[in-house]
Amino acid sequence: MQGKPKNDLIIRIGGEGGEGVISVGDFITQACAHAGLDVYTFKTFPAEIKGGYAMYQVRASTERLYNQGDTFDVLCAFNGEAYNMNRASLRPGTTIVYDSPGDFDPDIPEGVHAYPIPMTQTAKDMHNPRAKNMVAMGALSVLFNIPVESLRKVLTAKFSRKGEDVVKGNLEALERGRELAAALKKTDPWTIGAPKASQDVIVMSGNNAIGLGALIAGLDFFSAYPITPATEVAIYVAKHLPKRGGTLIQAEDEIASISQVLGASYAGKKAMTSTSGPGLSLMSEMLGMAFMAELPCVVVDVQRGGPSTGLPTKHEQSDLFLAIHGGHGDAGRIVLSVENVQDCIDLTVVAFNLAEKYQCPVLLLSDGSLAFSTQNVPYPDPGNYKLVERERWNGEGEYHRYVMTKSGISPMTDPGVPGGAHIATGLEHSEVGLPSYTSANHEAMQAKRFRKLKTVIDDVAPVEVDGDGTADLGVIAWGSTIGVVREALQRLRAEGYKVSGFYPKLLNPLPAQQFEDFGATCKRLLLPEVNFQGQLAHFVRAETSLRPESYTICGGMPFTPEMIVKKVREILA
Amino acid sequence: MNAILHPQMHLHKVELKPKDYKTDAPSFWCAGCGHYGVLTGLLRALAEIGIDQNYLVNVSGIGCSSRLPYFVNSYKMHTLHGRAGPVATGVQLARPDLSVVITGGDGDGFSIGGGHMPHLARKNVNMIYILMDNHVYGLTKGQCSPTSRPEMQTTTTPYGGVEEPLDPIMYMLTYGATYVAQAFAGNVKLASQLIKDGMEHKGFAFVNLLSQCPSFNNIDTAQTFKDACEQLPDDHDASDLGAAMNAVRAAKQACRIPTGLIYRTERPTLDQRMAKLVENVGGHKDYDLRKIIDLARP
Repeated sequence: MQGKPKNDLIIRIGGEGGEGVISVGDFITQACAHAGLDVYTFKTFPAEIKGGYAMYQVRASTERLYNQGDTFDVLCAFNGEAYNMNRASLRPGTTIVYDSPGDFDPDIPEGVHAYPIPMTQTAKDMHNPRAKNMVAMGALSVLFNIPVESLRKVLTAKFSRKGEDVVKGNLEALERGRELAAALKKTDPWTIGAPKASQDVIVMSGNNAIGLGALIAGLDFFSAYPITPATEVAIYVAKHLPKRGGTLIQAEDEIASISQVLGASYAGKKAMTSTSGPGLSLMSEMLGMAFMAELPCVVVDVQRGGPSTGLPTKHEQSDLFLAIHGGHGDAGRIVLSVENVQDCIDLTVVAFNLAEKYQCPVLLLSDGSLAFSTQNVPYPDPGNYKLVERERWNGEGEYHRYVMTKSGISPMTDPGVPGGAHIATGLEHSEVGLPSYTSANHEAMQAKRFRKLKTVIDDVAPVEVDGDGTADLGVIAWGSTIGVVREALQRLRAEGYKVSGFYPKLLNPLPAQQFEDFGATCKRLLLPEVNFQGQLAHFVRAETSLRPESYTICGGMPFTPEMIVKKVREILA
Repeated sequence: MNAILHPQMHLHKVELKPKDYKTDAPSFWCAGCGHYGVLTGLLRALAEIGIDQNYLVNVSGIGCSSRLPYFVNSYKMHTLHGRAGPVATGVQLARPDLSVVITGGDGDGFSIGGGHMPHLARKNVNMIYILMDNHVYGLTKGQCSPTSRPEMQTTTTPYGGVEEPLDPIMYMLTYGATYVAQAFAGNVKLASQLIKDGMEHKGFAFVNLLSQCPSFNNIDTAQTFKDACEQLPDDHDASDLGAAMNAVRAAKQACRIPTGLIYRTERPTLDQRMAKLVENVGGHKDYDLRKIIDLARP
């Protein structure tokens, strides 16, 4: 928080689930993005369905945002529980807006700015008790300069389906909240900066953006089994895929999901499934078959806290071992990971393109905090994406499904094509697909299947290097940790440190040479990741000559920029 | 019986002989194996329908019986143990114009793949599932299966079985299969007739073919199957689920195996329902993606 510009504002709204905490967060996010600000949200919610503490944090700024931030600047507490949960973070300089009279009497710490707002009481007086959150939002908009015109617009758009009375009631509660706040004397420095000119953006969560990426890629078939925190990918696709004439089926389990996906892929369609760690474990055997039978498929794993049932709603980056090596036998696959919502769109398209080109499973790793984080991204023009289709047999000569080629890629055919009848099989097979267990054949076929993957590195954008020249410390990061590292490095550079960052999105096959080249520019290397064993660090040590220092946490929350900054200061002290 | 033909069968009818549907893949099964009867019955049914093998997808899991697709001249998938059902579902939903045939065994279908069976039936996936039921695991050389009788000693039940067998027919009737039939695999005429009708049935067709394993099941021989099988009477009302269940129960009490068409009904198939859903939302391949993206504007 130290040195953080006052117009880069983080508001945390906390209350009882069902009190409208999530709506307020969404409205503020939408309004800020509508007005041209950058937004980055973070949510936590209980694994249980009813009640419990709900939290929604919005970060809004005139500058580009890369992560959820260190902690909040403003706490809006709807009830005593929200206050108690966050009291320890109320450090001097922070601000609290709270319900008063409410179910608690806060003991405001020294140096904390406090604004009591009669949220519950006002809503009750207006005979609209459910509008408590609107009163709060009105107050927040005045106190912190949240673009109110945009707020009114998104609120009206949201409630218009429920009728004019509902729109009017909520707008009135918003205005009443504004009046209440206007009567208070502002003592804190926090305010949202003047927005840039309004830009053509969309606002999406990571999960929805994966669904959109799949639609852009030409998704035909999606099979899903509900699992936290990946379910929203399926929900988004279920809503929109039928519009494109595609098929979404909810399977009886994850084994059935991936099986259906492979069936659809064999039938010539672009197919995918999404899951989380436990589901990916169940899919492991079928992913081996996809590699063996050379069937394109895309599998999204929105990682959560593990092992076993673990921490279903919490953040972790702990499925990398499973993604790369999960399953029996020597099987290859392509593994990508996403940093932010933009990646969720773009790399999902890349995942389909790679699956089609290389006829193998492509895994896309997202994570629990990105799943629900909403961010603004430039409006994606579907026409700007290059799409790849699998190579299909030209109909000449006799068709051999697994014919040996230099690249290892053998043309496919779709059922219905005369002369193209063939078997897709999990047994080791000859070029025509018949079972063949000879040493020579197995060695040749394994070499063929792995040969295909050699050029994958050339098909994915080179790893982004953040910084130039040599550095005293280089930080390697993957997944949503990248965004945290970006900001940490900015702060460290402002303090005079010579640091650089390396942000791979393709994790298997690992672009080892690019790692080496980066490593050669750094005196030391640090690799922060949210898992206990240091999973990417393990692969980097195995596949390159680099020996990065592992910095791991697994507390169910993402890193903050401040944690990285402290660690780097410690190392370079 | 008014067979409702798949629409594509009109489009892609060919005139071929049963042997034209057979590949020259080397034999895999033991001499005297009941699966030869299933294969012959299937090839005959394909020829009688006159199906274009380019529009036929034969899917299997793992086991002796699951090797059958290698002998059928068509598109085919030899998948994982127990997973033929969902793989075939993916094929069928992706391409409803294809004819999908599953061939597999009792262990593959009802033990490791048992979790999928209810869903194929209740969802009424438009395909035929030919269960080659020999009451034993043959490929692993003789272990009890979910349809083994407890009287049988196997390598894992050397002192006799300790479980009751599952009845595939009652199971499928219960979970909502829309075509349920049974025959002895050695009765190729009946088997091929039931396969043909099952393939022409619009919906999930389940045909249980009792198939002897001369190598690892010495109590369910071709002769014992033949002797126990009893054709349902001519007046059996196959459109009545209650009558179907009663017939199966009565046969079981008399230690008989009821054969023929046991039950048949019609209701929309999964792909039909999905096509309707797409139609209802006005969906089509060229639907402008921008209209979907626009929904995410703040």
